[in-house]
Amino acid sequence: MADVTMRLWRGDQDGGELVDYTIEAQEGEVVLDVIHRLQATQIPDLACRWNCKAGKCGSCSAEINGMPRLMCMTRMDQLPEGPVTVTPMRTFPIIRDLVTDVSFNFEQAKRVPAFNPGTVPADGFRMQQADVERGQEFRKCIECFMCQNVCHVIRDHEENKPKYAGPRFFIRYAELEMHPMDTNDRRELVREKMGLGLCNITKCCTEVCPEHIKITDNAIIPLKERVVDAHYDPVAWLGRKISGRKKRTADEAAAHRP
Amino acid sequence: MAVDDATRTEVSLGGRRGGPDVATLRTDKWWKLPAVTVAGLSAFVVYATWAAFFGDQNFFLVEHNLISPFYSPCLGHVCKAAGNTGSPLFDWWRISPALIILVFPLGFRMTCYYYRKAYYRSFWRSPVACAVQDAHSSYSGETKAPLILQNIHRYFFYAGLVFNVLLTIDAVEAFMWPVGGVHMSIGTLVLCANASLLWLYSLSCHACRHLCGGQVRSFSKHPIRHKLWKFVTPLNARHMQFAWASLIVVALSDVYVRLAASGAITDIKIF
Repeated sequence: MADVTMRLWRGDQDGGELVDYTIEAQEGEVVLDVIHRLQATQIPDLACRWNCKAGKCGSCSAEINGMPRLMCMTRMDQLPEGPVTVTPMRTFPIIRDLVTDVSFNFEQAKRVPAFNPGTVPADGFRMQQADVERGQEFRKCIECFMCQNVCHVIRDHEENKPKYAGPRFFIRYAELEMHPMDTNDRRELVREKMGLGLCNITKCCTEVCPEHIKITDNAIIPLKERVVDAHYDPVAWLGRKISGRKKRTADEAAAHRP
Repeated sequence: MAVDDATRTEVSLGGRRGGPDVATLRTDKWWKLPAVTVAGLSAFVVYATWAAFFGDQNFFLVEHNLISPFYSPCLGHVCKAAGNTGSPLFDWWRISPALIILVFPLGFRMTCYYYRKAYYRSFWRSPVACAVQDAHSSYSGETKAPLILQNIHRYFFYAGLVFNVLLTIDAVEAFMWPVGGVHMSIGTLVLCANASLLWLYSLSCHACRHLCGGQVRSFSKHPIRHKLWKFVTPLNARHMQFAWASLIVVALSDVYVRLAASGAITDIKIF
């Protein structure tokens, strides 16, 4: 078969560059297969994170021809003619070659207030199928962090990182907010401290999700609408005043941490 | 290097990023969709501006009871001159009647979640496409004025429902001609299609989905709202398609009524 040119990012915290490698193409391969063959035959020191090779562990996230993709799920024969450019995820600090430091995401994960069921009935909780199905979509997340990577709020504006949870964690917040047994109210928290208002719903997170989770339509926009209920809607505000219902402040919601 | 000689790589948050410092490495035609969006929305804005400011003639075909959706409800002094009963309350309004009402449908579309995506990408280039660099050096999203006003979308949704009812009445009245009896023409069908698409666009709205049932924590405790939510959810998945179809058809309806009212074309009678 013909040769293929792989244009790989080689570098670390001191800098780097794109380097071309030529290797024979083989039928049925995905990008990760070619990377592994390059490691085995030409560049044994190439750093690359991978694990399951089945699109379920979320380890091999990278940018292939400029778009965030899983290397193990991107077939070589579906890429256009010409060099195949593989670079690390742009949003996170580089460790080496194709490996990035995704600690930002784990820091955001620590900030999510835990599930808080309140008082558990003596015979336990029974969750109905309608309620199970709603959150099930969000549980498909494999934490590849490509949605975080593609989100321009932090991809192009590093200064937003401390105040922006990102799409992956908005689906976590949405899942908890839609849980029938959770008693916490995180609406002020996501508005005030998790930067929900920074999202301008351009749907790139949904476009790149390998699990096809409708992140924007089913998590972020419903969260935004809940924030409108809690904060921006004057009629809802009047309703709360009349009925005496209170919303939980960001600090009260954040107090329930894992 | 032997495995035993390997040392732990130091990592740091906020350090240098990998990849070349270029706006994008994408090789596909990512600019096509934003370009089509700019062309489509610009064409509509130009046409709607002309129709609203300068098109206060030929918006009503008296013989077939067809009124342009841009001028319904007809409010202002030009209504009677055009043969429409209009509203006496607004006889003092001396400029185009469209300017009184268009703010509501316009506000509904401007704050719509789909159109926000469309114009943030295409016009504001924030970002113009996924994994293409944002065109702006700083970014505050929808957290500050004026974009924080996007949060009143649901009130424009309510106003949009009122207009849907009015345009549906127009479509029904287009079956009843001044000569008496029930008739139908191509124009009647155009107004019916316009009203139907506007209903689909409104019912597929994200705010509608939230208000129908999305806001509840437990579907099992709110079965009726769950049913409503399940009804609008498949429509919501096609919100973009309904947004474009209704936008195009509302403009074409205006064009059709104007051409028919001016005599440029004949509104063909079906029965």
